Amino acid sequence: MYAQLVDTGAKRVQSLEELSPEDRAFQERIDAGVKIEAKDPMPESYRRTLVRQISQHAHSEIVGMLPEGNWITRAPTLKRKAILLAKVQDEGGHGLYLYSAAETLGVSRDQMIADLHAGKAKYSSIFNYPTLSWADVGCIGWLVDGAAIINQIPLCRCSYGPYARAMVRVCKEESFHQRQGYDIMLALARGTAEQKAMAQEAFNRWWWPALAMQGPPDKDSVHSAQSMAWKIKLFSNDELRQKWLDQTVPQAHYLGLTVPDPDLAWNDETGHWEHGPIDWDEFYRVIKGDGPCNRDRLRARVKAWEDGAWVREAAVAHAEKRAARERVKAA
Amino acid sequence: MKEWPLWEVFIRSQHGLAHKHVGSLHAPDAEMAIRNARDVYTRRNEGVSIWVVKAADITASSPGDKEALFEPANSKVYRHPTFYPMPDEVKGI
Amino acid sequence: MGRQDALFEYLLRLGDSALVLAQRLGEWTGKAPIIEEDLATANTALDLIGQARMWLAYAGEVEGKGRDEDRLAFLRDASDFRNVLLVEQPNGNFADTIARQFYFDAWNVRALDALRGSTDARVADIAGKSLKEARYHFERSADWVVRLGDGTDESRAKMQAAIDDLWTYTGELFAADEVDRILAESGVGFDPGSLHAPWMDAVKQVLDEATLVAPAAGYMQRGGKQGVHTENLGYLLAEMQFLQRAYPGGQW
Repeated sequence: MYAQLVDTGAKRVQSLEELSPEDRAFQERIDAGVKIEAKDPMPESYRRTLVRQISQHAHSEIVGMLPEGNWITRAPTLKRKAILLAKVQDEGGHGLYLYSAAETLGVSRDQMIADLHAGKAKYSSIFNYPTLSWADVGCIGWLVDGAAIINQIPLCRCSYGPYARAMVRVCKEESFHQRQGYDIMLALARGTAEQKAMAQEAFNRWWWPALAMQGPPDKDSVHSAQSMAWKIKLFSNDELRQKWLDQTVPQAHYLGLTVPDPDLAWNDETGHWEHGPIDWDEFYRVIKGDGPCNRDRLRARVKAWEDGAWVREAAVAHAEKRAARERVKAA
Repeated sequence: MKEWPLWEVFIRSQHGLAHKHVGSLHAPDAEMAIRNARDVYTRRNEGVSIWVVKAADITASSPGDKEALFEPANSKVYRHPTFYPMPDEVKGI
Repeated sequence: MGRQDALFEYLLRLGDSALVLAQRLGEWTGKAPIIEEDLATANTALDLIGQARMWLAYAGEVEGKGRDEDRLAFLRDASDFRNVLLVEQPNGNFADTIARQFYFDAWNVRALDALRGSTDARVADIAGKSLKEARYHFERSADWVVRLGDGTDESRAKMQAAIDDLWTYTGELFAADEVDRILAESGVGFDPGSLHAPWMDAVKQVLDEATLVAPAAGYMQRGGKQGVHTENLGYLLAEMQFLQRAYPGGQW
């Protein structure tokens, strides 16, 4: 998902009896559905994992502005331009809500950004794929934001209050994102032969990365089990992926698109769609930095940050001057 | 370089309601914090009034003091109307 | 030139200036100095796209040839664009973008205010709606001019350079031609020259507070309003119009 493969630092999930009295009291509060707030006592590993997860999520939103931002200047109508700009702006807002939530855990935004720029912090693999045509913008909204919503709605109930509240805000805004994406695809599907081909070509490229983006099967993952015990992850990756698949396949069919998976099949017994094997080597390769756009995305972020340094510095200098003047006036 | 200070943002969503905490943001001073809050937290008409407070200026009660601060109120059940049973025949009270 | 033709031209000037500036601001997406500024810049761009759509839709109706906002935006070549030269200038660094915005906002606020009293009800209506947005834009861009001017030595130098550099494109905002005269006479438009003094006062006041020096009067470039642009516009349009040009007749 937007936060993939989050390391919890756990070797295995300990039972209540094995936990120290403090950690046990903490786990019991979580089990009772009590929300943890910023100043509440919490195990250091819980805090560190949350910082990793939330900051990764925030970075994904910010880096995620780039592939779609690409097309703001080339949107085909003024209405689409306005919608896309508003959508990408929302992603920036979401990044900001999430950085805010992470900052309650005692890490500064500048530090998180420095970690991203140094390659120490991850962001979602999905944003390392290029947007090559207008239909890619449709695919991101429909498929990627669609997957994001499935992941994020449960997080509105996660155990950490500031994160849960940020997710509520994000989810409220996100459904417009998915719809605008599908709306772009609808227009293409109803369009000329060239437009239909554009839609199918983009769909072919986005299908597998979108299917993979919830992350590899994690039923045996210690980190996932620990995150689930802490209620900062509420469903397994496969559960989320299944939900996405079941909702997306009929949507694709409605558009007249062919799903690029020869093994895709409806299972009458389970009442679910089944997909062919996902190339997890590719997923890990992209996560580790060898996706088509990893270097470009990171360079773009670093450049924006470095180019803006003098502006941020000037704003602080000015605020200080102004405050000093006020003090003189008051004296 | 110095990071822009953190500000907590409170929004009054409608006339007649109290300001409610919505999140935080960074700004060099209060004036810009208000502007940024407008752009970050009221993109969908969510507000009619904004407060910003420097996060560093907020004093919060400590969770460790929770018992001392809040539990004494538990024993004062006589502050609640349900403490006083009223005869069914008595109306309007 | 007839009054309808003049009105069409006039609406294109207003619409194209808003559109081209919005397009420039859109280029900033994901590249601003801090995320809060990304959101703020996008808000200004969104307001301007909204204004452009209203002006261009009306322009299409006035022309009466069935061109809607998109046909006007995406299927005219540079020589048919009527935006002022100022707004097509490249983003440059953040100070360049702010200076361009500041000069434009200081004009736009006054132009829209004048147009609120237009004898053309539709023009008055669009101006009224846009004015609130423009006022906020001006507050913001003026605020940044002050912050950068009276910030660090580096920011001051950059802000001063931007203010100086774009100065030559401000004269066009106040230069009247036949179109302006026809519309001013009928009370639909205003005399551009009448905005010069108030604009200058506002600009100087901000520059003063920003500890910046107002540029000396110099040669003023013009031509945008008549369709003779700088080289920058062609590239901007090539990018903006690409899809409509590459896939003619598509519905998007």
